Amino acid sequence: MQPDAISLVLAAVVAWLAIGALGIAGLRKLRFVSRVLFPAGAGVGIALAVVAFLAIGAPANAVVLPFGLPDLPFHLRIDALSAFFLVLLGAMSAAISLFSAGYFRSSEGTPPGLICFQYHVFLAAMALVLVADDAYAFMVAWEAMALASYFLVTTEHRIPEIRRAGFLYLLIAHVGAIGILLCFGVLQGGSGDYTFAGMRAAALSPAWASVGFFLALFGFGAKAGILPLHVWLPEAHPAAPSPVSALMSGVMLKTAIYGLLRVAFDLLQLQLWWWGVVALAFGLVTALFGVIFAAAQTDMKRLLAYSSIENIGIIVSGIGLAILFKAYDKPTLAAIALTAALYHALNHAFFKSLLFLATGAVLHATHERSLGKLGGLIHRMPWVAWLALVGTLAIAGLPPLNGFVSEWLLLQAFLFTPTLPQSFVNMLVPIAAAALVLAAALAAYVMVKFYGVIFLGRPREANLAYAKDAGKHERLALSLLAAGCVLLGIFPGVVIHALDPVNVLLVGSPVGEAAGNWLMLAPFGEDRSSYSPLIVLVVIVAVVLVTMQVVHRYYHGRVRRADPWDCGYPLQTPRMQDTAEGFGQPVRQVFEPFFRIERELPTPFDATPRYRVDASDPWWHWIYVPVARAAELAARFVGLIQQGRISVYLTYSFVTLLALLFLVR
Amino acid sequence: MTATALLSQAVQLALALALAPLLVGWVNQCRAWLSNRSAPPLLLPYRTIRKLFMKDAVVASNASPLFRLTPYVVFGAMCCAAAIVPSLATDLPFALAADTIALVGLFALARVFIALAAMDIGTAFGSLGARREMFVGFLAEPALLMVLFTASLISGSTSLPSIVDTLAHRELAIYPSLAFAGVAFTMVSLAENARIPVDNPATHLELTMIHEAMVLEYSARHLALIEWASALKLFNYSCIGLALFFPFGIAQGSENWAAIALAVPVLVGKLALGGFLLALIETVSAKMRIFRAPEFLGTAFLLAVLAMLVHLLLGS
Repeated sequence: MQPDAISLVLAAVVAWLAIGALGIAGLRKLRFVSRVLFPAGAGVGIALAVVAFLAIGAPANAVVLPFGLPDLPFHLRIDALSAFFLVLLGAMSAAISLFSAGYFRSSEGTPPGLICFQYHVFLAAMALVLVADDAYAFMVAWEAMALASYFLVTTEHRIPEIRRAGFLYLLIAHVGAIGILLCFGVLQGGSGDYTFAGMRAAALSPAWASVGFFLALFGFGAKAGILPLHVWLPEAHPAAPSPVSALMSGVMLKTAIYGLLRVAFDLLQLQLWWWGVVALAFGLVTALFGVIFAAAQTDMKRLLAYSSIENIGIIVSGIGLAILFKAYDKPTLAAIALTAALYHALNHAFFKSLLFLATGAVLHATHERSLGKLGGLIHRMPWVAWLALVGTLAIAGLPPLNGFVSEWLLLQAFLFTPTLPQSFVNMLVPIAAAALVLAAALAAYVMVKFYGVIFLGRPREANLAYAKDAGKHERLALSLLAAGCVLLGIFPGVVIHALDPVNVLLVGSPVGEAAGNWLMLAPFGEDRSSYSPLIVLVVIVAVVLVTMQVVHRYYHGRVRRADPWDCGYPLQTPRMQDTAEGFGQPVRQVFEPFFRIERELPTPFDATPRYRVDASDPWWHWIYVPVARAAELAARFVGLIQQGRISVYLTYSFVTLLALLFLVR
Repeated sequence: MTATALLSQAVQLALALALAPLLVGWVNQCRAWLSNRSAPPLLLPYRTIRKLFMKDAVVASNASPLFRLTPYVVFGAMCCAAAIVPSLATDLPFALAADTIALVGLFALARVFIALAAMDIGTAFGSLGARREMFVGFLAEPALLMVLFTASLISGSTSLPSIVDTLAHRELAIYPSLAFAGVAFTMVSLAENARIPVDNPATHLELTMIHEAMVLEYSARHLALIEWASALKLFNYSCIGLALFFPFGIAQGSENWAAIALAVPVLVGKLALGGFLLALIETVSAKMRIFRAPEFLGTAFLLAVLAMLVHLLLGS
């Protein structure tokens, strides 16, 4: 008998949990954990990706597990949407586990066996989130995911900042979870049936449906990092070990996108156009803020965290556009916008994992996270540097790599909005496209800064001369991810065709045959727009090779090495290269209102002049600090009733009892 | 895909490669005349490129392979772009490979590579140039795309040959949206091609350089390829401008030999006029401080958005 897809997914989950349990058994055996358990986990990841890929086109497949509370079993189901995200989870976990096999060392923090346990519980919980089919199972898996990732973030728990970052993450994760819980409460529509099938059947009024949608946007937005709930990302990502950062940024943020899509298109039976406008606005503001802040960062992992915020913004704006089209009953256009969003989710998983893992390799080789103390690593770490270059070009949205494909699709979808009936929306959307283009162009700036300061130039510190390239597990993992970036970039037609079942499920229409073939991408037919990354790549490579041949044959290939041009000033040191602060300065100056900048300027008479500038995230001061102060104030008032004498507390009990007797009579 | 189409594609690419240095020479000549200097020979850029190819390449001792690869990649990207922009005919088989959005992406690819190469040596001027180039780039790119979007909305297509086909077949009426877009496009082209008022191609003062600061370390064949690629970039931008705003004379449809033959002198004439106007703009304006560039390009961006809104409001 052929086992069905859902049992195979469950088998993968059980296998991950078993590997985690073995990690507990060999708590301090680093070699066993890294050479046996992590590669085994990678194997499970590949198997899961294959199973899920086959399940994308297959009909939905459900099972009920007799777990949990009495009369409240776990419902699990795999359909095209879950399967797509499971492919993403499986592929990413395979590459990241492989990298982890060479990454974790003995350290002061959590022992390796325990990391292995938490890591695999995290993976299993994410898989369960994606296949849960009732609110109860979903919340259990969601909370397990949050807790496992919290413990992974605080691996180096002896450092106070890391504990603080972990706490902030846990706090916002729970604020978001409340939103999701309330959302499910609204969605069941008074029937008391918390299975997803029951929610699909519930007929909600537009007002309640809107409440449900915005609770979901809030709850999943907290996990995904939509403004203003993004503040945990730049704290938690630098704190976590690099494979965990990669897993959180590459996969966990996508589970929030999955949840948003599940609620907005599957559980809710109607979509209103203004939800789309709100989601679009939030997405674009998030994208712009994220990339502008990324430009000002000096810590390489914080920079990548802000860049994740930007990419989530782009994905959410794609979802907003899809809602808009769906609400106006244009399913083909909705399918294209949705494809752009899903494609970008997939792309982001690949290039962001690649870059986070590359920063992990750099961190191991140099023990340095600050961009101001790196440089010139392309000579010392060629493997990491060249593979990271692929990720850099991909995330900068350059053809013929994958980041460009999803942006191209999204812009095509934007260009079609003037066909909508609402003229107000028609006017708004070109502005939105402009904001998207600005975010994409800034991303290129940020990535040139990222790559140039870390890998190019001269080493800014003497100890960088001893940096060693990554080991063979790490190289293999990075190569796999880089290959993914290239393949997703040059065969977009194949990927889009594979995504069609998801479109049919969510918006009721495929992108269709018009999407083009394996060579050419033409979602609206070739006379309207077309893009063939493979031809572009072949032409560029051909011109490069032919030019090299011609130049070398007809002239010569002689090269002399000499000192660089010092402009008549021979005392240049590596410290005089542009720093990360310097590279961020134009962006800080142009977008000054976006930052909260504190400057300390020296006076001309200072004996030891000091210049200090601190550009921080204004959302702390706009939202979080006032909320914290209000909570403190409320606590002080509540504290007034705390007298410390037992007679007073007995009086409180007595008064409460009287009041209850009076009220509940 | 007919033989004519393939041939016009090949002729167009060859013409772009051949004419690009000539355009640069012509602009330099006009600039000299306008500022009352005696002009350099028209063919000087060709001689410079040939001389550079003959020389020994001097590469900084700490340059990585990325530094030596970059000139070829930049040249490749510009050749690719030259094959897409319809300068002679609209029946281009290769133009299907990339539309206007991909074209902007190709320019960005070249820019990112050259900025990375500038940071590779690790001198102060290289990274300064890279930073400024990326700065101007992220300001100019949205404005450029907005201009192209306006044209795409008018013609209902983002493919450049289709846009030209639509725009060339209209009645001789001025589209108000295209007027705004044209001004915006001119401003963006000045910035993207390192021209006054944003950058000065003739400067020898490192502190004010943008493009020149990035290529300070290049010499011989690498420099030749970069110079040629810059000339191609100017040629491509000129041809995009002509295709969007003065598409008359570009051969349409296939199997039309006479039209293609006629398109060559028309193109040369339009480019000569355009080059003269470029020299005129450069002569009458002064280079501005780098932090005035956001105002300049912000204006271009607003004009481009205005063009799009005008199109949506008036439907023309």
